[in-house]
Amino acid sequence: MTGPLNDVRVLDLTQHIAGPYATKLFADFGADVIKIERPGGDPSRRLGPYKGGEPHPEKSGTFFYFNTNKRSVVLDLKDERGQEAFWRLLENADLVVESFRPGVMDDLGIGFDAIHERRANVPLVSITNFGQVSPYRDYKGSDLVLYAFAGEMFSTGLLEREPVKMYGTAALVQSGSAAATALMGALMAGRYQGVGQHVDFSIADSHLVGVDRRHATVMGYQYSGRKSLRSPGAAIGMLNGVFPCQDGWVDLQGGGPRFANAREFLGYPDWMEDPKWDDPAIQMNAEAIEEFNAFFYVWLSEHTKREIWEAARKVRFLCGPLFTIDEVFDDPNFRARGFWEMAEHEELGQVEIPGRPFLMSETPWELRRPAPLLGEHTAEVLGEAGYDAGAINELASAGVAEVR
Amino acid sequence: MANQPLEGIRILDLGGVWAGTFSTVLLADLGAEVLKQENQFVWQPSTRAVPGPRIPKAMAEAGAGWVTGLPNSDPGESPWNYHPMFVSLYRNKRSFTLDIRQPEGKEILGRLAAMSDAVLENSAVGTMEKLGISYEWLREQRDDIIFLRAPGYGITGEYATARTMGAHLEGTMGHQILRGYLGSDPNSNSGIFAADYIAAAQIALAIMMAIWHRNNTGKGQFIEMAQAENAAAMFAQAYMNYSLTGEVENAIGNRSIYASDGQAPSGVYPCLSPGGADTGDDRWIAITVTSNPTWEALRTVMGDPEWAQAPELATAAGRAAAQDLLDEKLADWTAGFEDEDLFARLQAAGVAAAPVLEASRVLDDPHVQARNLYIPQELQDDIGVHRYPRPVYDFPESEGGIRRPPVAFGQDNDYVYRELLGMSDEECARLEAEGHIATSFSETL
Repeated sequence: MTGPLNDVRVLDLTQHIAGPYATKLFADFGADVIKIERPGGDPSRRLGPYKGGEPHPEKSGTFFYFNTNKRSVVLDLKDERGQEAFWRLLENADLVVESFRPGVMDDLGIGFDAIHERRANVPLVSITNFGQVSPYRDYKGSDLVLYAFAGEMFSTGLLEREPVKMYGTAALVQSGSAAATALMGALMAGRYQGVGQHVDFSIADSHLVGVDRRHATVMGYQYSGRKSLRSPGAAIGMLNGVFPCQDGWVDLQGGGPRFANAREFLGYPDWMEDPKWDDPAIQMNAEAIEEFNAFFYVWLSEHTKREIWEAARKVRFLCGPLFTIDEVFDDPNFRARGFWEMAEHEELGQVEIPGRPFLMSETPWELRRPAPLLGEHTAEVLGEAGYDAGAINELASAGVAEVR
Repeated sequence: MANQPLEGIRILDLGGVWAGTFSTVLLADLGAEVLKQENQFVWQPSTRAVPGPRIPKAMAEAGAGWVTGLPNSDPGESPWNYHPMFVSLYRNKRSFTLDIRQPEGKEILGRLAAMSDAVLENSAVGTMEKLGISYEWLREQRDDIIFLRAPGYGITGEYATARTMGAHLEGTMGHQILRGYLGSDPNSNSGIFAADYIAAAQIALAIMMAIWHRNNTGKGQFIEMAQAENAAAMFAQAYMNYSLTGEVENAIGNRSIYASDGQAPSGVYPCLSPGGADTGDDRWIAITVTSNPTWEALRTVMGDPEWAQAPELATAAGRAAAQDLLDEKLADWTAGFEDEDLFARLQAAGVAAAPVLEASRVLDDPHVQARNLYIPQELQDDIGVHRYPRPVYDFPESEGGIRRPPVAFGQDNDYVYRELLGMSDEECARLEAEGHIATSFSETL
């Protein structure tokens, strides 16, 4: 069995995180994604973490994760011979995706109109910070900057401090996921209706109207005139909040109607025998909260996050242990479900990576190959496009193609 | 203009919360007919409103805009039709009501499944089991059906029965430890909901991929998403770091995980503010230096102060080592500027920067206006005209945009019962009497 997209070929000119994540989803589900890298490679090859700690373009954990199952072709698209190779590759492609600054594709002579002229049913999806048409179209972005402007960062964090972002490139990965739906829709319009079109995907827009809760703060303000502020402090009520425990922290929601199961959750402690704890209103009583917490924090200090989560599952409390990364990695549940995948890579050796984002019964996610070495497939792919060995060598010696 | 890419595709939507609800808006935006099944006797938490169908007036009059900011601070008759957390996730969909706990309700659901290409749900494990809705049962209705389930931890494994919202499973996957202020306790982390939205996008993607495969082969399939596993991509670098080097990452606030690759300074710095944080009038600018040349550009915009001329700051390693100093100096500098002013100056010099935009400023932003991101609409309920989000992206050669404004609870009962199922007035009247057809949540809730 192979992935659902095993009849799809993508020319992938994306770089960095959001675009490559969208095309990784395609590659991981069977598409032949030809990653066309500029000489020197996708700049994300120069982003850590690196095996061994030292920067090296073939040892980047970021590049590895976001580029599994792709083939790497290095072409200088500023050179006419590089553009000619692009046109040859386009002949057998179903979809083109790019993430250059707006206008660069046109400047290179490989913009939408030129693509459309040659292959009228092949869509082009452009994934950029602010889109093709915007007063900010040439503006630079980063995960932080885009999340700050477009995402709901303003109300994230503590009131007395600055707004605070999510981890790493989480906001860009959210956008990349939404971009993958645009790729899929464009592909369907091309295949089923013969319509090739230029889809302008803006990372900022994806947050402003979609992939996180910004739409809610905008609607709330329009509706009520009320803003959404950061929290004045840790929101902790009776059994509600993020609590310290013996070996770390747990996020627990056992208040409200769920509080009826508090005795069972805590193992029927003596101090809860008093029937006053049966009154739902007691959760609002400051004195009672103090009394409860005096016992509860002792209980927390005697239990691990796993024990607390197990107890929470039994009584159906909402709960999440705050696992550290090593704990996630070693967690037996995800191991038993087969979430982690072992990859083999020429420079990195055996590397364990997060696996499938979802399971498909007929067309499973599959790690067919690790992230490509720079130019690993230049000769192979150009060969498939009809270049003979001599022509490929010529391109390589002219610096138009890099062949590994 | 061509038809929409998913024209002719029908999705039977048993989903809820943000993950299920946002997933089907993406499919609806691409042209699928999404039939959102609802039930007047069953309150799906965090799907149409919080905390429940009857919201006390006092609650609507106070609190954060996004949680309780109902129109004119009034819950009105049917707050579930216009709750700020959810209303934007109902455009382009159809809503019908059906009590699928009753045998006839389940039988009707089966008839609708037979007319649908895909069915999805993301309830806790046990809910579908109790209703007897399984892939096998759905295949009896239609052999090539696609069924997607997306519970928090999947349908197998020791965590499968855990009750969870997106925020909790982000804790389990490490995000609550990875995000937050440098050096502070994770109990200061306010709830975020990134996992809901990434799951939503990929639920939509998975269904489209399965449709692609079905169109190629005639075969449907079963899709299982563990939302926790799906969220992992957002923390990929931390996992890769542990896998490659054994390092266990912790929260670093707004700094970049790529500081030693040149991305420092990176932070959120204060600007001239018309008021304080307690009224949401505090202004901040986010800045990420992404390379040595952008550091040079930032120096120029700052007028190249003496401290910035230190030779060690010209290198990625030097700036990464000096982040405390850089943050302090930048904050001193930005504090004298309006955020919009700095935004323009820094971007003109090629430095990635933007205001941390507070939501009340969004609709006035030139980018938001130029791209027409929020479009005036009226809902079925008489709450006036407001500007609601448009689809995340446009397909210029396909029909699209907003075909229907956010749908009210049960608004398409006539369409589903009469047009699709061909029922008569008498049958509809009976189904209404038996509780299936409704346009309001039951008073018993």
